[in-house]
Amino acid sequence: MAEFKELPADAPIAQKAVTWFHNRFPTAFEAYRVHMSEYYAPKNMNFWYFFGVLAMLVLVLQIVTGIFLVMHYKPDAALAFASVEYIMRDVPWGWLVRYMHSTGASAFFVVVYLHMFRGLLYGSYRKPRELVWIFGCAIFLCMMAEGFFGYLLPWGQMSYWGAQVIINLFAAIPFVGPDLALLIRGDYVVGDATLNRFFAFHVIAVPLVLLGLVVAHLLALHDVGSNNPDGIEIKANRDPKTGIPLDGIAFHPYYTVHDIMGVSVFLMIFTAIVFFAPEMGGYFLEFNNFIPADPLQTPAHIAPVWYFTPFYSMLRATTDPMVNVLCVVVALAALLAAWKGALPGRAKLAILVGAAVAIVLLKTFDAKFWGVVVMGAAVIILFFLPWLDRSPARSIRYRPDWHKAVYGVFVVFFLILGWLGIEPPSDLKTLLAQIGTVYYFGFFLLMPWWSRQGTFKPVPDRVVFRPH
Amino acid sequence: MIKRILQSVLLSLLLLAGGAHAAGGGLAWDKFPTEKLKDSAALQHGAKLFVNYCLNCHSAAYMRYNRMVDIGLTTEQIKDNLLFAGDKVGATMKAAIDARQAKEWFGAAPPDLSVIARSRSAAGQGSGADYLYTYLRTYYRDDSKPTGWNNLAFPSVGMPHVLWQLQGERRPIFEKKTDHGHESEVFTGRWEVVKAGTLDAREYDNAAADLVAFLQWMSEPVQKTRVQLGVWVLVFLGLFTVIAWFLNAAYWKDVK
Repeated sequence: MAEFKELPADAPIAQKAVTWFHNRFPTAFEAYRVHMSEYYAPKNMNFWYFFGVLAMLVLVLQIVTGIFLVMHYKPDAALAFASVEYIMRDVPWGWLVRYMHSTGASAFFVVVYLHMFRGLLYGSYRKPRELVWIFGCAIFLCMMAEGFFGYLLPWGQMSYWGAQVIINLFAAIPFVGPDLALLIRGDYVVGDATLNRFFAFHVIAVPLVLLGLVVAHLLALHDVGSNNPDGIEIKANRDPKTGIPLDGIAFHPYYTVHDIMGVSVFLMIFTAIVFFAPEMGGYFLEFNNFIPADPLQTPAHIAPVWYFTPFYSMLRATTDPMVNVLCVVVALAALLAAWKGALPGRAKLAILVGAAVAIVLLKTFDAKFWGVVVMGAAVIILFFLPWLDRSPARSIRYRPDWHKAVYGVFVVFFLILGWLGIEPPSDLKTLLAQIGTVYYFGFFLLMPWWSRQGTFKPVPDRVVFRPH
Repeated sequence: MIKRILQSVLLSLLLLAGGAHAAGGGLAWDKFPTEKLKDSAALQHGAKLFVNYCLNCHSAAYMRYNRMVDIGLTTEQIKDNLLFAGDKVGATMKAAIDARQAKEWFGAAPPDLSVIARSRSAAGQGSGADYLYTYLRTYYRDDSKPTGWNNLAFPSVGMPHVLWQLQGERRPIFEKKTDHGHESEVFTGRWEVVKAGTLDAREYDNAAADLVAFLQWMSEPVQKTRVQLGVWVLVFLGLFTVIAWFLNAAYWKDVK
C-alpha cells in the first residue's frame, strides 16, 4: 500500500481533495497512470485505429439508449409492437432514443468489422497478442447473440420469422436438436415465452458478459501494448534512461485528442443516418418489421439483418452438392497430407481414418445440419487466426504484394456473401455463395501455407512516421 | 483455366446485376408526389378522407387524434370535425369494427394503418407512399371476386373500392403479348371509364395523393422535426470537428 500522505494545513484545497482520495483509493490513480497518462502507444497508428474507440463509444451509446428504451418497452407479445410505436410517438424524445439504438446496432457491427479487418491487415493478433484477439472474437460472438436477441424485441414480422428461422437451425443438430430448439424457444412456436427470455438475455445476460470481455480485451491489450501499421514491437527500442519506448507516446493526451477528432467525424455520419435515413433503405430497419408479428402469415422472403448475412449465405450455400464438394475436399486434403506431409506413419494413418469418418458423417447427416456447422465454423475459425498466420512479417506493408490481392478478394467475397444473404436464392446466386464460402474457408485453412509464400520486404527497426 | 474461371465469374456477376432489376415484377408503381407532405392543406384534406373513408374499418391504434395539431389543425377543429361521437381528443384512432366479423366479411382483418406507409416500401420498387398511391388508383370492377372489386397493385385484394363514389368505375385495358412463346395479358397503362364518379381523373389522383400524404405523415409524425433537428446537430458537429481537428493538430505538433 502506498504511503499515507499528510499535507500541511495551508495547502490548497484542490490539492487536499486529491490527496484525500489518493490516500483512500490509490488504485484509481494507478489505473489512470497505467491506462492513460503512461500508456505508451505507437505514434504511427493510422485511420484504422479509430475503430476500437468507436466500438467503445457505440457500446456506451447502446447501453445508455437501451436503459431508456427499457423504461417504456413492454416485453409482452401482445404489447411489444405497440410499445415501440408508443416510444416513437408519445414518449418525449423516444423516437431519437430508439433510432439511436437501432442505428447503433448496425454501427456497432460496421465499426467492429472494420476493427477486425485492421487486425487482419497489420497482424495485430500475432504473438504476444493472441489473447487480445481471442477476447475480441468472443466479443464479436456476444454481439451476434445480442443482435439476434434484440432483433426479436420490436415483434415485427421480420423479428418473428427471423428468430423462427435461426432457432430452427438449432433443431437441425442431430439427436439433441429438437429439444434444444424447444429449450431456446420455451414453447413449441416462437411466442410470449420466447420474447420474455430473449428480453432477459438482451438487456442483462449478454451485456454483462460483453462488458466483462471488453474489460479483459483492454486489460490484455494494455499489458502487451498496441500493435501498429508497421507491425513492429515498439518495446524493443526504449529510451535507455526513462525506459519509455522511443516510438511510443502517452495515450493521454495524444490519443485522447486524436480520438475526439475521430469520434466527432464518426458522429457526423452516425447522426446523419439517425436524422435523415434511420431506415437506411431497409437495411437498418427492415420494412417488413413495421408489420406486427403474425404467426399465421409467413413473409414471402425472410432475410436476416445485414450484419448476419455473410454467415447466413454460407449456411444457405451448404446444399447437397456442396456437401459432396466438401467430401472431395476432405479426401484430397487427407491424401495430400498422407503423401506430402512430413509425419510419422501412424499420424498419416490417423488422418486417413479421420477423413474417412468425416466423409461418412458428411453423407449421413442432413445438409441443413452441415450448413449450421459451416456457419458456426465461419465464426469460430477466427479464434484460430493467431496460429494460422505463419507470415514472417506481421504487417501487410512488408508482405509480398500478391498477399494484398488475397486479402482484397477475401473482402470482395465477404461483401458478396453479405449481399447474397439479403437476396432471395437462385441457382446462380447459390453457386456464387458456394464459391465465396470455399474461398472464405480456403483463406483461413490454407493460411499456414500461403502466408509463408513469396518474397517478403525488409521490416525497418523503427516505425514509419511523418510528423503532421 | 484461370481465365475461364474469371470469365465465368464475371459473366455470373453480370447476370446477377441484370436479375436484380427483373426481380421486382408485377405492376410498376407510380411516383407519389412528395411535395404534398409539405402542404398542410393537402395533409388536412387527407386527414378528412382518412377519417371518413378508412377509419370505419381500419384503426390507426398508435395515432392520437390530437397529434393532428402537427398538420396545422386546432384541437377544436379536430373535436368538431374529425372525432367520432364520444371519443376523447387524446384517444387513439380505433375503428369500431369487430375484428372477427371483419375477417368473416373480407377474408382478412383490416390491418392497422398507423405505420402502413413505412411497411409497404420495397427496395427497387419504390416507397410505401408510391405503393399506396398506386394501389388507391388501380381498383377495377371484377365480378369474379366476392366484393366485386379487384386491384392491379394488390391482386385479389379483400378490401372493396371504398372511394368508388369519388373515382367512379374503371376498367384497365389489357393487350395480348407473346413473350418466348407464352401469350399473356399485359396491362397497357390505359383505363376505360365505365361509370364516372364525382371527381374527374385529375381530381381523384389529387385526392388519393392527399390521403397518401396523410398516411405517410401518420406513419412517422416526427419526421419533419427529425430532419430539421438533424441539420442543427450536423452544423454543431461540423463546428466541433473543426475545433477537434485544430486541438489534435496543436497537441501533435510536438510529436516528431
